[in-house]
Amino acid sequence: MNRRLERIAAPLGVGFLFLALWQAATHLFGVPVYILPAPSDIAQSLWTDGPSLMGSLLVTLRITLAALAAAALGGGSIALVFSLSRVIEISFFPYAVILQVTPIVAIAPLIIIWVHTPFLALLTCAWIVAFFPIVSNTTVGLNSADRNLLALFRLYGASRWQALWLLRVPTALPYFLAGLRISGGLALIGAVVAEFVAGTGGAETGLAYRILEAGYRLAIPRLFAALFLLSVTGIVIYLVLDFISRRLLRNWHESATPEEE
Amino acid sequence: MNGVTKRFATGVAALAGVDLSVARGEFLSLLGPSGCGKSTLLRIIAGLIPASAGACRLSLDHAPGRIGFVFQDPTLMPWSTVTGNILLPFRIAGHIGAVQRERAAAAVRAVGLSGFEHAYPYQLSGGMRMRVSIARALVTEPDLLLLDEPFAALDEITRLALNDDLLRLWAERRPTIIFVTHSVFESAYLSTRIAVMTARPGRISADLAVDLSQPRDRATRTSPEYAAICERVSAALAQAMGTTR
Repeated sequence: MNRRLERIAAPLGVGFLFLALWQAATHLFGVPVYILPAPSDIAQSLWTDGPSLMGSLLVTLRITLAALAAAALGGGSIALVFSLSRVIEISFFPYAVILQVTPIVAIAPLIIIWVHTPFLALLTCAWIVAFFPIVSNTTVGLNSADRNLLALFRLYGASRWQALWLLRVPTALPYFLAGLRISGGLALIGAVVAEFVAGTGGAETGLAYRILEAGYRLAIPRLFAALFLLSVTGIVIYLVLDFISRRLLRNWHESATPEEE
Repeated sequence: MNGVTKRFATGVAALAGVDLSVARGEFLSLLGPSGCGKSTLLRIIAGLIPASAGACRLSLDHAPGRIGFVFQDPTLMPWSTVTGNILLPFRIAGHIGAVQRERAAAAVRAVGLSGFEHAYPYQLSGGMRMRVSIARALVTEPDLLLLDEPFAALDEITRLALNDDLLRLWAERRPTIIFVTHSVFESAYLSTRIAVMTARPGRISADLAVDLSQPRDRATRTSPEYAAICERVSAALAQAMGTTR
């Protein structure tokens, strides 16, 4: 219990100390608000601009979550196909890598030209960034089934499908979930990058565009407030995925079972 | 089962012309130094890998479930409970009903794991995991039980207890057992017959009958007959290893 408290209290303490120093420094040196606003300025902006920023956050969040869901579904399916056919895996895997290593900022303008629906265009960008960790992790997982268990499945006359569903897929689950946790953060990054490139997509403006806009207008406290909301969103996504992962694996996987004392 | 004959030579010559026949109901130990191809031989018997030459004939029904296999590691599915793991052969066969559940429950009782039906492998000790593995191999009531150094990774106390359990289970149903080990004492205690193997390439160098009385228990381990057999087996093993030098 004490150690748990420590784990929460210690980083929070560091955070408060940092904020206090920041606050003191901005006052002490008289830093103008358009260069570096004090935490109190940011908090105030968060309060006054909060409702409109939350609306923008929702736009970005929708793209992020849709991209993450598509990445989980698409990435998982691609990995399944890879695991079923070695030829398909070696033929297509390099292209998945190419898609991954090409900077999304460089492809985003093209995608925005090609895909007319703004939501779909942004979704596509975020998906491209997010799907690779899931594909690559799940593929490794599907190929990591215990060799002796595979032999046992053969001994009992299991079909390919049975070996897949009863053995390979459960084996791959922790790998898939580890990929999903990485992809959660990447989907948010992908959504933000895509919004930066796309600018305002019609009536709905995401949080990334609000950051750009605040920068142009030198509304630096609002910029920080939006940044803060983005970080919190990323943390929440990670925590939720981590929670799901622990729930699913709690009965068997080393990452989620209690440590022996 | 009568007349298993094999002759093969794989690329690295793991096994060179092994002739062996095992009678139904026999408890045969394959004894030899590490890397002599004992496990390879066992996998060929199970039909998991093909022999590169020669033939392995089983005079038993080759339907799934007629052969049970226990590996050196428990080889359990960590996401599945004790019962779930033991039911695996039935799940693969495609039907789990009341009969299958009752047989799984009986297998759990037979290996002394009552009360742990819903435990997950990580909650069990090494010895208990091995018991689950044995229960899974027994649940289909196989005619042939193949064990590949199943107790090698366990401590002495657990190992002795599992030796006795295995003898009891064998006495109850009398499946044919082929037991791979590198322990002279274990093979002498358990088997009715010991085949000693040489290493690289593996072949059978001695075939010894173990005529200790049944049932065997703690008294057996201290009897002069047991000591004499251990000595004979030791000598045969030393000779088998000498031929490779």
